[in-house]
Amino acid sequence: MLNFVLRRLLATIPVLVIVAVLVFMILRLAPGDPAAILAGDAASTEQIARIRTELGLDRPIVVQFGIWVGNMLSGDLGESFYYKMKVAKLIGQRLEPTLALATLTIVFAVLVSVPLGVIAAWRFGGWFDRALMGFSVLGFSVPVFVLAYILIYLVSLKMGLLPVQGYQRIGDGFWPFLRHLILPSVTLSVIYIALIARVTRASVLEALGEDYIRTARAKGLPEFRVLVRHGLANAAVPIVTVIGIGIALLIGGVVVTESVYAIPGLGRLTVDAVLARDFPTIQGVILFFSFAYVLLNLLIDLSYVFLDPRIRY
Amino acid sequence: MILNNWSVRIGGSALIVLLLIALAAPWLGTVDPSLFDAGSRDLLPGKSGEISTLEGERLKHTFLMGSDSLGRDIYSRVLYGTRVSLLVGLLCALAALSVGILCGLLSGYLRWLDGILMRFMDGIMAIPAILVAISLVAIWRGSLTTVVVAIAIPEIPRVTRLVRSLVLSIREEPYVEAAISLGTPTWKILFGHILPNCVAPLIVQGTYICAFSILVEAILSFLGVGLPPEIPTWGSVMAEGRAQFNDYPHNIFFPGVFLAATVLAVNILGDGLRDTLDPKMAKKV
Repeated sequence: MLNFVLRRLLATIPVLVIVAVLVFMILRLAPGDPAAILAGDAASTEQIARIRTELGLDRPIVVQFGIWVGNMLSGDLGESFYYKMKVAKLIGQRLEPTLALATLTIVFAVLVSVPLGVIAAWRFGGWFDRALMGFSVLGFSVPVFVLAYILIYLVSLKMGLLPVQGYQRIGDGFWPFLRHLILPSVTLSVIYIALIARVTRASVLEALGEDYIRTARAKGLPEFRVLVRHGLANAAVPIVTVIGIGIALLIGGVVVTESVYAIPGLGRLTVDAVLARDFPTIQGVILFFSFAYVLLNLLIDLSYVFLDPRIRY
Repeated sequence: MILNNWSVRIGGSALIVLLLIALAAPWLGTVDPSLFDAGSRDLLPGKSGEISTLEGERLKHTFLMGSDSLGRDIYSRVLYGTRVSLLVGLLCALAALSVGILCGLLSGYLRWLDGILMRFMDGIMAIPAILVAISLVAIWRGSLTTVVVAIAIPEIPRVTRLVRSLVLSIREEPYVEAAISLGTPTWKILFGHILPNCVAPLIVQGTYICAFSILVEAILSFLGVGLPPEIPTWGSVMAEGRAQFNDYPHNIFFPGVFLAATVLAVNILGDGLRDTLDPKMAKKV
């Protein structure tokens, strides 16, 4: 087991290195002097020169990469000229809303989609199954911001049930915090629900075709227990895998959702940084999101051991 | 037969209608989408007003979908926006497919290249697609080419993986072995024997890339980091309508419906093609 964890950790390193190389290259692909770009439009010649020597931009590109990785590893993601502060600190400040939104979305999506997928597989080919598959194609097709405005219009403007936009810190009370996050989470979860429900349906369907399901039914187990204990439990690995892969979709959705609902999180920060061409921040945020994505998927890989006792490493 | 499938029929005919709208946009009662008129600001759908041409002439015009806060005709902007979306979707799918096919064939057939190329693809896939796209547009600034390239790049690894896995199974087939033993050059084996057997899953994959690219283009334009503002796109029409959403939801409603309908049509077509062309994959999903 420990052996496997170590091997899996080692296998992640090349991916992280390549992500680092790609993010490092972002700046080199941009036309113009990297030092001038990093310093921003308003920078003086001295500032540009200072950045050039600090980052070794006058030295070979391999050395530059070395210096950059060294800085990253010591937690220094550079300095944002737009926000006038360290990028690492900036990310720390914006983390709470994004984390809250993402967590709530994942929890809501899983609670809704898994039962839907199981029921669809149970009644394979019936009206519920078809309706769910139809909804899932629709969920993949309606853009997240269109959905956001439809929900704002109906729930907030017409019915006045929930706030239109904004964010309340969890420290300012749980209910206001939750009220502000309900619509964004529902909006964001639709594509995620579509994805997970599809995979749940397919893998439960496959499990239900197995002999042990017939045995379970034959020995008179209640249908619910057959579905959950024997069907769903044996379908868990692909479902958990797709939850992990879907995090990439979720991160993309966070960028849009936070912009529409004016939530001051990392997604909003990404858009503002891109609009301001604030490259240190862009690099930092992309690095942060990608590393989070890779590490979450690593955790999910490791969780297979608990989900499926047949898997032993 | 493909045309017997209802998903293909519905998705395909919806797309043909959208394509006709895109091509015939100038003759469908539209005006130049960049025209505006200070007297016709924020009109509700169906209201009549005037619009000034570039020559300063004022024309009577019915604003079928209303007008925006500058007095531009949303109907014209949405119809012309169809051109942009369909074009971007098509170009992105073609770009991602061609680069992905090349990488996948090489990776699946040349063992020494496989490791390096696939780790590189893993790296791209580890960065969420929209982040890749918006940072590339931030670097290069928005134009049709940069937007297409930026949206296509994160899709390349998926095509590469698909082609690679197909190549790995096809290269074990007797007809490939026969070709190798006859001394057929590698490029001829790749493009003459292996690629033709990958076509069906690639067409299916291409439709999904097309649908996703249309969505991403709209998202980029909506966030203000997409195509230059003088090109009317559904995303930018919606972005401009954001400020007055409370009073004039039609600014967002009409382009939103077109966008969702287009993506839906492409996705339905893709599902239909998958069911008819690629029954093995259809069973899995």
